[in-house]
Amino acid sequence: MADTPLPAPEFPMPRSAKCPFDPPPELTKLREQGPLTKVRLWDGTEPWLVTTYAQQRALLGDPRVSADPDTPGYPTKATPAAGEGKLSFVMMDDPEHARLRRMVTAPFAIKKVEALRPAVQTIVDGLIDDLLAGPNPADLVEAFALPLPSLVICELLGVPYDDHDFFQDNTKTMVRRTATPDERAAASREIGGYLGELIGRRLTDPRDDLISGIAARITAGELDHRQATEMALLLLIAGHETTANMIALGTLALLRNPDQLALLRESDDPKFVAGAVEELLRYLHITHLGRRRAVTGDIEIAGRTIKAGEGVILVNEIGNRDPEVFPDPDRLDLTRDARRHVAFGFGVHQCLGQPLARVELQVVYGTLYKRLPGLRAAIPFEDVRFKNDAFIYGVHELPVTW
Amino acid sequence: MKVELDTDKCVASGQCVLTAMDVFDQDDDGIVVLLAEEPGADQLDDVREAVAVCPAAAIRLVEK
Repeated sequence: MADTPLPAPEFPMPRSAKCPFDPPPELTKLREQGPLTKVRLWDGTEPWLVTTYAQQRALLGDPRVSADPDTPGYPTKATPAAGEGKLSFVMMDDPEHARLRRMVTAPFAIKKVEALRPAVQTIVDGLIDDLLAGPNPADLVEAFALPLPSLVICELLGVPYDDHDFFQDNTKTMVRRTATPDERAAASREIGGYLGELIGRRLTDPRDDLISGIAARITAGELDHRQATEMALLLLIAGHETTANMIALGTLALLRNPDQLALLRESDDPKFVAGAVEELLRYLHITHLGRRRAVTGDIEIAGRTIKAGEGVILVNEIGNRDPEVFPDPDRLDLTRDARRHVAFGFGVHQCLGQPLARVELQVVYGTLYKRLPGLRAAIPFEDVRFKNDAFIYGVHELPVTW
Repeated sequence: MKVELDTDKCVASGQCVLTAMDVFDQDDDGIVVLLAEEPGADQLDDVREAVAVCPAAAIRLVEK
């Protein structure tokens, strides 16, 4: 293998304005040169970048790779603006990670999530009714893509219907681009306080919902009230921007690929729709800044050694475009078998909410374009503002008409 | 061919259930449960796929 060129390229790299659905061209070039290269972060540190599908999976499944930001060598935040704290078990290693994660796996079991499908369908139908009754054009992000995950997580957590408006207003502020840091922090405190109180109520009056399940862990002495609230907040936040951006960016990608959109519109086969969701997850890969990890023991990879105390970044969007695994990877092809994608990550930290995300996206992609057969963008493609600077990739807004 | 599980490793992603529903199920906590220890020849492709997509390497397919 050739020596790593110096100086190391800066990460993250910009996407091409001409191909906003594709990873940055420079990243693709790096992958073609080999699975491992050093990159330079905004603060001058130089972690390893892992670009190939096979090596990404190998490393994400390796117990010598730590997700705890306090581990020496952990790469600094991908951009100075990406301010996220240490989020419950997502940023812990086993065995503590496994102990906490297992407390909330039950509601994400396939059969439990399938039981939620009718409720998700009702929410999607209601949002489309509202869209049709409201102004045309409308912003698909604001009117549909963001409210959906919010309402679904209310259902799952067991947020009483009377509190929906309070809950939605505050979660909207938490993820709104134009909110000031103070507004966001205030909304986050409001929601945290609300979830803490709800957990308190479910301690004495348990129901069949996720909050009651978390409350039961307090009763069992496995969590204190603060840890329980943090866990509920993590579950609330994790599914919001991700699902919302998959809906809005996915819709734009389909509008740019009308032959593929037609396949979805014309199909009544749930298996086809499920496969289409996998392909859109592979193709879009909205968590575009990579998984950050620190290595706790020397690891040999592709003829090189990543040493203990060094950082690694695994950009799964590039893994998902690896031609070794997905032939003609830059083509959106809803008929391909894309199940092996790593859009939800890999290893013990793979997304806990993925069964729920799948059901939400299957209902959306299987419903929206049938009910709005004339759906099209209300602004020229060149005017769409992509979230190049955001932690989750997508579009800031998507004005649509029908 | 025989399926072996390491339930301590399972992270309840449910990928195996989605891939081979006749072979794998989940308990109340989402942890993998084996329905067919020795799957039929027609199920082996799905089981191999389940092994490939399991994020936690909790499933193994071994020669008897």
